[in-house]
Amino acid sequence: MSDEDEIILSELDDEELVQQMFDDLYDGLKEEIEEGVNILLERKWMPYDILTKALVGGMTIVGHDFRDGILFVPEVLLAANAMKGGMAILKPLLAETGAPRVGKMVIGTVKGDIHDIGKNLVSMMMEGAGFEVVDLGINNPVENYLEAIEQEGPDILGMSALLTTTMPYMKVVIDTMVEQGIRDDYIVLVGGAPLNEEFGKAIGADAYCRDAAVAVETAKEFVARKHNQLAAG
Amino acid sequence: MALTDAQLTDSGLPASGAGPILLIACGALAREILDLKHANGWDHMDLTCLPAKYHLFPDKITEAVREAVAKHRDTYDTIFVVYADCGTGGQLQAACTEMGVEMIAGPHCYSFFEGNEKFARQSESEITTFYLTDFLVRQFEAFVIKPMGLDRHPELRDMYFGNYEKLVYQAQTDDPVLTEKARAAAYTLGLTFERRFTGYGDLQTALQRL
Repeated sequence: MSDEDEIILSELDDEELVQQMFDDLYDGLKEEIEEGVNILLERKWMPYDILTKALVGGMTIVGHDFRDGILFVPEVLLAANAMKGGMAILKPLLAETGAPRVGKMVIGTVKGDIHDIGKNLVSMMMEGAGFEVVDLGINNPVENYLEAIEQEGPDILGMSALLTTTMPYMKVVIDTMVEQGIRDDYIVLVGGAPLNEEFGKAIGADAYCRDAAVAVETAKEFVARKHNQLAAG
Repeated sequence: MALTDAQLTDSGLPASGAGPILLIACGALAREILDLKHANGWDHMDLTCLPAKYHLFPDKITEAVREAVAKHRDTYDTIFVVYADCGTGGQLQAACTEMGVEMIAGPHCYSFFEGNEKFARQSESEITTFYLTDFLVRQFEAFVIKPMGLDRHPELRDMYFGNYEKLVYQAQTDDPVLTEKARAAAYTLGLTFERRFTGYGDLQTALQRL
């Protein structure tokens, strides 16, 4: 792009700026996203609105194009990195301004597995959707999950695995929860490249989530269902 | 015509129609299987390979193997699938069982080259290890650098490999050029390097039994 074509973000009106932020997220332009977030804050936008309307809105487009085979993992990672830049600015402000909290999730990659790209995307998109996320990181034995859910009292337990050899460990965690009589206290969501819906059912998870966008939708649906049940009960 | 890695990656290898046994394999194993056939005089085996690029898209493997079995099953007495699970999450094994064909055991080729039992034993101490075989060293750019976008965005390296510590080059052959290429790959990914000669491991023993 030549200099004369350069877009000055601060000269755009709100609608144009949000559209431009969608494009910048799509192109993985972290600095531009950070600039866009700061401009919207200066224009007195609520942090929660910036998060949902500009960042999550943009990442939703990225998610759809990933699902449809238009974008691939590198582009999604760049977009995620750009969103992360924006989130870093918004996160402390969200807490201050009392943004709505949809639910809480404990998430981690299972024992024997160090892959965290998918898990990190899910964590970020869940935070973007208003969930509080406690991320246990990688290589988690069952004890880590149990300790975290006891301490944190989440609505959802999320487990991730990339390897055929490590995905059966999810069943170890769920079986231990069943043994301890706590399985039904939590919504259990699983994900990872070699998994499928059948596997999710077979190990006793509530749902298999194909990607981060599906994870968010599934989490919202299950949490709403749980709240409805509590209200009815 | 000489067999090229690009051909094995993109289009695979057609069957020649010879012999009562057909091996349906990943293109990444073609050279190794042809070498074993030649060294052992296994003329009763024919080989067809599916494109090695399915390594990057494991969800395509099961259906492609199903199609290959259907295409060839009337021509051969026996079909043997030379794919490990390869990220299909058990779906390939289920499909092979349903079709009544056998496949090589193991989670992936890194495991059967090393020997499945040994690989399983050391898996806990090697969870931060990234493996390359001869084929993947030769095709490092096509299978690692380009699909991960590291040629265009080297800054993504640590997002992919930040949790890894070591690159193990499982050498099927003694080739100093490949060893140096593997060492350079480890450097590119920011990992320490180890060369481990495996030979053909369980691939050889599995084919010997046919």
